[in-house]
Amino acid sequence: MTTLAQRRGFLGNLRKYRYLYLMLLPALALLFIFNYVPMYGVIIAFQDYKFMKGILASRWIGLDNFIVLFHKDSFLNALRNTFMISGLRMLFGFPAPILFALLLNEVRMGRFKKTVQTISYMPYFVSWVVISGMMIEVFSLQRGIVNTAIQAFGGKPIYFMNDPGWFIVILIGSGIWQGLGWGSIIYLGAIAGINPELYESAGIDGATRLQKARFITLPGMYPMIVISFLLSLGGILNAGFDQIFNMYSPGVFNVSDIIDTYIYRAAFTGSGVSYGASDLSLATAVGLFKNVIGFGLLFGANAVAGRLTDYTFW
Amino acid sequence: MRLRRISLFDIFNYFLLTVFVITIIYPFWDMLIRSLSTPIDAMKLGFYILPRLKDLTFDSYAIVFTGGQIGWGYYNTTFRAVVGTVLMIIVTMAAAYPLSKKHLPYRRGITIYMVITMFFAGGMIPSYILINWMGLIDSRWALVLPTLAAVFNILLVRNYIMAVVDRSLEESAEIDGASDFTILVRIVTPLCKPAIATIGLWSIVGHWNAWFDAMLYINSQTKEVLQLMLRKIMIENAQGPMDRYRDMALSMTRKQYAPDSLKAAFLYLTILPILLVYPFLQKYFIKGIMLGAIKG
Repeated sequence: MTTLAQRRGFLGNLRKYRYLYLMLLPALALLFIFNYVPMYGVIIAFQDYKFMKGILASRWIGLDNFIVLFHKDSFLNALRNTFMISGLRMLFGFPAPILFALLLNEVRMGRFKKTVQTISYMPYFVSWVVISGMMIEVFSLQRGIVNTAIQAFGGKPIYFMNDPGWFIVILIGSGIWQGLGWGSIIYLGAIAGINPELYESAGIDGATRLQKARFITLPGMYPMIVISFLLSLGGILNAGFDQIFNMYSPGVFNVSDIIDTYIYRAAFTGSGVSYGASDLSLATAVGLFKNVIGFGLLFGANAVAGRLTDYTFW
Repeated sequence: MRLRRISLFDIFNYFLLTVFVITIIYPFWDMLIRSLSTPIDAMKLGFYILPRLKDLTFDSYAIVFTGGQIGWGYYNTTFRAVVGTVLMIIVTMAAAYPLSKKHLPYRRGITIYMVITMFFAGGMIPSYILINWMGLIDSRWALVLPTLAAVFNILLVRNYIMAVVDRSLEESAEIDGASDFTILVRIVTPLCKPAIATIGLWSIVGHWNAWFDAMLYINSQTKEVLQLMLRKIMIENAQGPMDRYRDMALSMTRKQYAPDSLKAAFLYLTILPILLVYPFLQKYFIKGIMLGAIKG
């Protein structure tokens, strides 16, 4: 059986729906230029690309860039840091908005709840340039409030932003701080969708607030929790470029250099990657590696999501 | 209404949430007080809980306004936010409407063509090479053009049209001889106002806060965006702009000057527009996440 559209043929369809296709044209053309053309440009990962020569005249070197990469300590270190920072974010940052939503749900004063929510969104609406700038001030050695307080209690000031251990604490902590309020919205949405009769009948049965939270609210959030967990698992290679790039300094590269910051420095400064020379091909190879592995992770996570819940990402 | 007993848990809960709110407000408050302090106060150590009211001064703001290029920053940031958002909405509406028609041939193929770009990207360097090849380095358009076709927004609006716009309305317009363009502009677009508000506001905030693309593509000082100017003085500690502010400060006040106050004033001039509007518009932003959660 053929459909009407098939019988009309390609050109026939184009003519019949020409205005609709014309409307689609700007979006399709923009995507072609700014998304598909760079995908073609990825081939420089397999070249010894020279900016002056261009893509067509640069020498092909096959997988050499990738082989070089996996022999570089600096790259392996960035890879390790990416997993470590993402892992810490999941361990501490993932439960935080869930807990926040549960606590907010217990607040009965509407005004208080609304105010807390609105204020909690504040850090989400400013850029990481702004937040990092504020963090640098708050934790600064001489003027920051934290070190002022430490000294007031007779302690020694701590160089928070330049001490590798403390830097990671601040990185993870400010990440949670920034995303907590906004991240709780989907959970509050899930809570709002819970049938109120469940609470009523539980109340008649004499359930305590803790029991209601444990056996009604939390299970009601379960699909959302699974989805967000798998989504962050799929994005594990994104360890937070904007935040780290605005916070780190050479003193803490060792613990905070991630794949994305590595790509930037490989391409534009070369510092900490090679000996002062930038390498566009190498940087592109890192980007390609990240994209392929990242896609695999996301795809796998989506398959798991489909098995565990009724939802998938797409 | 029955009065509820206030339990220990309630006290703990309110306390915890209040502490959390304070940790959010404090850094913003600290910056605000710093920006309004006299140089002598700003260099003192300590907590800025309450400023000494009689000592508040807008000098730092005056210096930042006159001494630097923040005017260009506002212009460039506003340019990308306004032009980028208006054009993005036009491209989005024009693409979402045809895709909302189930009978449109090749609709599925076109959707897949779009969705692929959400998962695969050429990345930083191929994009840079492209922008360079197009001659867009150091052009404001380099910050606008790549953002116009936003697939997520297109799918969001497409779903919205399919859920909200009544087919019979379109059909009766067609019978009256209205063209597809007329239906899109006169009938579909007005019904999509809530969805347009959502994607439009997201786009404005996104442009306002964007800095990385400008760092890659823009060289001229007169084309720099606000965020990058702020990054230079707060994070890179660039000497150029700070020296300019110092000279301006010394010529204006003929006294000491506190770099911290100037940085804080610059920070506030960058975030103030957003901080003032987001509490009133948050429902539109939240609607974006909820609409996004509906699959297409």
